[in-house]
Amino acid sequence: MISKENVNNETPTSTGVVAVKVDDLTVAYNYKPVLWDIDLEIPEGVLMAIVGPNGAGKSTLIKSILGILKPIAGSVSIYNKPYQKQRQLVAYVPQKGSVDWDFPTTALDVVLMGTYGSLGWIKRPGQKEKKEALEALEKVGMLPFKNRQISQLSGGQQQRIFLARALVQNASIYFMDEPFQGVDATTEIAIINILKELRKAGKTVVVVHHDLQTVPEYFDWVTFLNVKKIATGPVKDIFNDDNLTKTYGINYKVSIQE
Amino acid sequence: MDVTEYIKLVFTDYTLRTITLGTAILGAVTGMLGSFAVLRKQSLLGDAISHAALPGIAIAFLLTGAKNSNILLLGALISGLIGTFWIRGIVKKTHLKSDTALGLILSLFFGFGMLLLTFIQKQPNANQAGLDKYLFGQAATLLESDVWMMAIVTGICLSVLLLFWKEFKILLFDADYTKTLGFHTKFIDILITSFIVLAIVLGLQTVGVVLMSAMLLAPAAAARQWTNSLSMMVLLAAIFGAFSGVFGTAISASQNNLSTGPVIVIVASVFVLVSFIFSPTRGLLFKQIRFIKNRRDLQLHKTLAFMYNIVESHENISHPHAIKILNNFQGYTKSTLQKLVRKNYVTIDGNMWSFTEEGFKAATNLYNQQINNNE
Repeated sequence: MISKENVNNETPTSTGVVAVKVDDLTVAYNYKPVLWDIDLEIPEGVLMAIVGPNGAGKSTLIKSILGILKPIAGSVSIYNKPYQKQRQLVAYVPQKGSVDWDFPTTALDVVLMGTYGSLGWIKRPGQKEKKEALEALEKVGMLPFKNRQISQLSGGQQQRIFLARALVQNASIYFMDEPFQGVDATTEIAIINILKELRKAGKTVVVVHHDLQTVPEYFDWVTFLNVKKIATGPVKDIFNDDNLTKTYGINYKVSIQE
Repeated sequence: MDVTEYIKLVFTDYTLRTITLGTAILGAVTGMLGSFAVLRKQSLLGDAISHAALPGIAIAFLLTGAKNSNILLLGALISGLIGTFWIRGIVKKTHLKSDTALGLILSLFFGFGMLLLTFIQKQPNANQAGLDKYLFGQAATLLESDVWMMAIVTGICLSVLLLFWKEFKILLFDADYTKTLGFHTKFIDILITSFIVLAIVLGLQTVGVVLMSAMLLAPAAAARQWTNSLSMMVLLAAIFGAFSGVFGTAISASQNNLSTGPVIVIVASVFVLVSFIFSPTRGLLFKQIRFIKNRRDLQLHKTLAFMYNIVESHENISHPHAIKILNNFQGYTKSTLQKLVRKNYVTIDGNMWSFTEEGFKAATNLYNQQINNNE
């Protein structure tokens, strides 16, 4: 059971600074637009959910912000500078299913990959990087599994490894693509607690999220997306039936217990 | 010539030494790079590239009119690269999946190459004889200069691999993530692919267009069975590849000069077969043994747990019970009971059984373990 005590909701710690600014972002696969003219400002220090139906372009939005996909139009700035110049401020947790977990490597090795960006070309990770990776493993409770071949980890454990890899980057902004997908309740609580810790440390966290029930409980900021941006703002102000209906196209009633 | 004679000859006979060295180096470099192709799920790319190299060989011959192997291989390299980038282009720009793109390019280039070969054979140029050796390879034509060429390319390959090891590894595992870290993924990708093309082209003279992809895949597939570390896999694949080359040459030379290329490929396949069966962690044999053992253990545990439930309600753990009541329980068989006796967990007196101290302890542990697991 997910207990309320573990995940008490705090008020947004936003400082008024804009961490991520997306302007006129349009993405299309062939001729079909996946994202249409998105303008988005993500304030510093929020824990934000991106919600929307399947095919709404949630993952695409994150991937275009991170430069993995090339948009047709639009620009992305991180703390008022183009993303390309600010990469080291941004960490990414891809969907767990996007990689081959039978790859011959260990949990520690995957987490070490988080240090590759700051190392740059050719230079290999040393003692310092290894120490950072072990600390990240400790944080996600995976230290006992550091030498485990990654295929022998459970889905939840693999997700924690991905999270640890992003933590090692010591970024200011974290983008996570469905980190709660296919994990059990224990892992879900462990992950959300880490995300809240990140927010407490002044970091900005953006999460593609599917479970509408937990949005008010986990997040303080939310963006509704369905090809176009429907709404964005504090959960307490805009997480309502009206926006849900606009986003999901059906008469959606939030049955959130107060 | 038998094998011992062959081994003697390797150290004395110049030609045989050249061929053996050549196939060994070739096996090592293709095994090494093949690991990357296998892990990128691009196993068929090797097949397409080697077939795509054929028209290059034919065109190079048509242009120069000579059978200089370096020039022919340069032609092969160019058309192999063109084929590879067309495949990438097709996958990127159309809705076609990569297997379709690979199949298309493979047959298109190979067909065109065969057409050119038959055209060349009709020419009066006497030089053309033997150009078809590139179809199935002919190790006997390897010259010292060819082996030097292989050694140099392998050396370059190895240094690039060591230099960009970290970049190769992360790209293989998670390309999108690599991009977000600021690495130029296209550059790394092209680097890996180009070296795979290079390795394939090097082997065309020895193993031939048709069988070349086996050299790329077999050692890597075999190596994957034995290790969970990328560096170990690459090393093992190189070793397996080199030994396939050496053994293949030895067998072909000692058995009436059997065609070397196919023999090398068969030896490499034997490595794969042995690895699939005998690898301790992934092999079929040990998997089956573990499966049977687990099933037996589980049967014992089930019976033990059932007995524990009966005994639990008694003060004296060694209180005898009728064997008959176990019959109601489907996990019970005579042999299971005998095994428990042999383990000194249970004693049997007539048609009654009772726990020993040890047996009760084992059953208690088992029971607690189960409860903990369920929580």
